[in-house]
Amino acid sequence: MKKSWLWQAALIGAAGFAVWYFASNTAQNLEARRIASGFGFLSREAGFEIGETTFFSYSAADTYLRALAVGLANTFRIAALGIVLATLLGAAIGLARLAPNWLLARLAGAYVELLRNVPLLVQLFFWYALISENLPAPAEALNPLPGVFLSNRGLYFPLPGDFPELSGFNFTGGVGLTPEFAALLLGLVTYTAAFIAEIVRAGILSVPRGQVDAAYSMGLARRGAMRYIVLPQALRLVVPPLTSQYLNLTKNSSLAVAIGYPDLVSIANTTMNQTGQAIEGIVVIMAVYLTISLSISLVMNGYNRRVALRGVAR
Amino acid sequence: MKWARENLFSSWPSALATFLICFLAWKLIPPFFHWAIGNAVWSAASAETCRAAEGQGACWAFIAEKHRFILFSTYPFEQQWRPALASLLLVLLWVLSAFRSMWRWWLSLVWLSGLGLIGALMWGGVAGLPYVENERWGGLILTLILASFGAALAFPLAILLALGRRSSLPALRALCIAYIELIRGVPLISVLFMASVLLPLFLPAGVSIDKLLRAQLALAAFAAAYLAEVVRGGLQAVPRHQSETAAALGMGYWRATWLVVLPQALRASIPPLVNTFIGFFKDTSLVLIIGLFDLLSTVKVSLQDAAWSGFGVEAYLFAAAVYFVFCYAMSAYSRSLETGPARGAGAKQALAEGDRLFASP
Repeated sequence: MKKSWLWQAALIGAAGFAVWYFASNTAQNLEARRIASGFGFLSREAGFEIGETTFFSYSAADTYLRALAVGLANTFRIAALGIVLATLLGAAIGLARLAPNWLLARLAGAYVELLRNVPLLVQLFFWYALISENLPAPAEALNPLPGVFLSNRGLYFPLPGDFPELSGFNFTGGVGLTPEFAALLLGLVTYTAAFIAEIVRAGILSVPRGQVDAAYSMGLARRGAMRYIVLPQALRLVVPPLTSQYLNLTKNSSLAVAIGYPDLVSIANTTMNQTGQAIEGIVVIMAVYLTISLSISLVMNGYNRRVALRGVAR
Repeated sequence: MKWARENLFSSWPSALATFLICFLAWKLIPPFFHWAIGNAVWSAASAETCRAAEGQGACWAFIAEKHRFILFSTYPFEQQWRPALASLLLVLLWVLSAFRSMWRWWLSLVWLSGLGLIGALMWGGVAGLPYVENERWGGLILTLILASFGAALAFPLAILLALGRRSSLPALRALCIAYIELIRGVPLISVLFMASVLLPLFLPAGVSIDKLLRAQLALAAFAAAYLAEVVRGGLQAVPRHQSETAAALGMGYWRATWLVVLPQALRASIPPLVNTFIGFFKDTSLVLIIGLFDLLSTVKVSLQDAAWSGFGVEAYLFAAAVYFVFCYAMSAYSRSLETGPARGAGAKQALAEGDRLFASP
């Protein structure tokens, strides 16, 4: 017993020493480079433009704090939209893999293999190149459906009563996605959907065959058996890994920095380059993502408990 | 005919899906092959030939023109057989390790000597090979090195972290949990930023660590947290009585862990370990963001040549194909482990348990 306490004391001592050592080196280095530490820079003028903003209005005369808030809002926009779309696409592909139609099942299987085995960053670059290099200029934009315009300046979709129209060098009206946002969304959704499809498939396969047979013998059709018997049971197994995929999507949205979508990491990176406040910048990034990770886990754990309990209570 | 009726036209929706897929395939596949093969430009003296075919055919001449740079980056041209040989050696090491009969203690010696040989080959300065500083390494070999050395560094650390997380010592457990959850909660980019920007600040003035080594350490530190969770799953799959029996036989903690618990735990967690490693292999492409010349980075830099710009789709399809070959081989291997004959019923059960715990990729 005594030995284990000595062990732990030594461990804490070593960890403490390491922290102290790095901190004192950092303090010396910062002093030598004349960088003042602390978050005072947040209230200074940022001086750079941001390509697209969500929720906040922003101009180069605003502060770094506001710039980072714009980045965070952009991260939330891509993550929220990405999670919804990836879940829909992933569930559809997961169900397609189990479809009685051989061709459909094979196609879904090929999709999963292809998308899972190529790095997301390669896929993002691919989509971005496809949109920015291979789509025509706005004047000759592709118009596959009425009101939908695809050009190298972005993708435009109509809203009820508000159709996109060409004015000058780009479209106005409707919902417009910049090439960066469109590439990032497309890449994140198609990539994450491949993983979600596998989770959905595994969840459905985990429901014993006897359950389905029993449902059929009670007169339920295939659709009804799926809806009332298989899915509620599968959901319980699906929720935990699904949560980690949502977290992955959110963390992967930080790859935005590589294609120029102004998410939190991208703006923190610009801030670090301009001010030299590297420690503070990385602390901001890590703190934000840790908070997001912990909150999503909490929410999903709560949901998980609910589905699990309902199953037990019946 | 019977097969088609049962699998393609079993019901009205199914028949409709079959027709829809065939229609789409007919609409999409021939034009794609025309673009990728039929009308493609395979070799060209200049990009003009490609530009003439733009929109009609793919420009694989771009890859032909840039393949030396994409594969070997700025490694001295006459010496490029060295990274080529090193890449082959590394792949050979991985293939060797895939065989069950090679899973012996001496495999780690094979790896150590293999990695040493690769280092000698790449750096040179011995056996008459000219010295090449590692700023000039790049392309495929850098991707392979980052993944292999990263895994080699991360794996022992992961085992220690997993054991620490299950330890009875509260301080040790807390430290390991904090490390694992911190790393798993933040994106890899932030860890890479930390290594490239903050690590130099952490060290005393005058001490500097090479950029490649910093990225390598960051990747290993990141992978260790994820691997640790997989190893922990394997440890949980080992029945408690195994370690209790070992203790009853008079074994201490380390002997019992090393001889009894770990071998079973690791065997149970091999398929999820391979899956985690596939993710890690893909993740090495992120070093592009901190300015290292891995395979993806050399592809991207090739596109910056003004004479050949605008062939991004072809370039990234090529990069995707290279990554796909490696990742698909590994995932096929992982699947064969899951379905192949396991050693005895106990191992099989442990395998199933490990899969259940780590069904998520």
